[in-house]
Amino acid sequence: MRRWRGIIVPLAILVVAEIGFRVSIGASDSLAPPSRAMVALMSALGDGTLLANTARTLAGMLGGLAIGGAAGLAAGIAIGFSETLRRASFLTIELLRPIPSVALLPLSLLIFGFGYGMEIAVVAFATFWPALILTQNAVAQIEPRLIEVARLMGLSRLETAWKIVLPAAAPRLMTALRLSAGLALVVAVTAEIVSNPQGLGHDLMIAQETLRPERMFGVLFWVGLIGWGKNAALLRLERWLFSHRGEVDTSVAA
Amino acid sequence: MANSKAAFAFEGVNLELGGRPILEDISFSVGRGEFACVIGASGCGKTTLLRLLAGLLTPTSGTVRVGGEPVTTPSREVAVVFQDYSRALLPWRTATGNVSLALEAMDVPAAERPQRIAPLLAKVGLTDHAEKYPTQLSGGMQQRLQIARSLAQDPSVLLMDEPFGALDAMTRQSLQDEVLRIASERQATVLFVTHDLEEALYLGDRVIALYSNPGRIARMVEIPLPRPRSQLATREHPEFLRLRRELFTVMEEIHA
Repeated sequence: MRRWRGIIVPLAILVVAEIGFRVSIGASDSLAPPSRAMVALMSALGDGTLLANTARTLAGMLGGLAIGGAAGLAAGIAIGFSETLRRASFLTIELLRPIPSVALLPLSLLIFGFGYGMEIAVVAFATFWPALILTQNAVAQIEPRLIEVARLMGLSRLETAWKIVLPAAAPRLMTALRLSAGLALVVAVTAEIVSNPQGLGHDLMIAQETLRPERMFGVLFWVGLIGWGKNAALLRLERWLFSHRGEVDTSVAA
Repeated sequence: MANSKAAFAFEGVNLELGGRPILEDISFSVGRGEFACVIGASGCGKTTLLRLLAGLLTPTSGTVRVGGEPVTTPSREVAVVFQDYSRALLPWRTATGNVSLALEAMDVPAAERPQRIAPLLAKVGLTDHAEKYPTQLSGGMQQRLQIARSLAQDPSVLLMDEPFGALDAMTRQSLQDEVLRIASERQATVLFVTHDLEEALYLGDRVIALYSNPGRIARMVEIPLPRPRSQLATREHPEFLRLRRELFTVMEEIHA
């Protein structure tokens, strides 16, 4: 019973919205009551268009996250370990990082054209920075004693990275992954709204242009569900991976 | 100074860090199978001495030798047991996995590792805890695990940096006896750093007392107490009491 208590408030909002709409507005080209949004969502799910668009958005999001996350992870470990690299890259990072990823959409469109390429490129750019910075932090916070133990045992640099650094930083890296994944979804949908004619963002734009607010609200609800599901899945993964260590980092709930 | 039988030797070693002298003119050698204890006030450089021997630091002048060869980098010949066991163990690996790390570093084939790990865990009494993670073990057990891991390296010199400083008195005594038993079984050469005079007397064949600021050798004393040592008999032995009195005054000088 207790675990369902959280659903009371969202349900109440839906009911109020439904009643409010029916009493005061009645018919509209810009708003729709929850009941009609749900009907539109069901039919969009039924005819396969929404699932196809979801697959495209997820492909853009995960493709970009994989590239940006992996590159950020590798660069973060390298910079975290080398004072020389850190000094050499500091200014470059501080100059590039503040560029809003969305500002690169026109350039990305010019280079890649419509399709997955431009979306993945922008998502990769967006997620590279948090991955880099958080990995660097995670590496910096590794217990120095462990690195000493690795040196004393004669582990090679690669072995140290694989057997000490990665597992030691893993709980913080999971936090980085959760933050980056959240950002990846935002940027992927934004890219589709602004310029890439595919996926959930494009679905929203079509709903807007064809004056179908009920579909728009239905898709918005769906995007929210995807974000929630993604977060829940990552949290479960995190618990499963680190529960025995007693060191799950839940300080940042992305 | 160069002694062919020495397991390790310090030859006129000076160390400065950031222009500040930390150790000054340290010369002594320790023979194979000898148990040497270093005592001194905190900050006197006794841990630094150990780090030089481990190859984690390089002397400003002078030479540190292990097995006759100058030490330049860490080597598997020298294993270290740190005081902060909870930080030195890998929390994501079980007891078995932690010992395995040393074997992996030595490129011991995976198939061979279990038969080498089991006797090491048995030696420190952790057989029933082989699949537990460090956080599931008591402090004493974690320190035993660190000792097992250091033995897996099969070192010729074992360095212990205040290994029992964070343990309660009872656990400390049982671990002292375990370390003595292991050292005599393996005829290991041990350098044991502590700030506890009685611990040094109880364990050592020799006690080296250091002055502070900069760290210098204040006194080097042979401990001719019979072995095996016993927590009651050894600590009541007249020679133990005499040495305790003698070194106690040295320690007072050191702290003054």
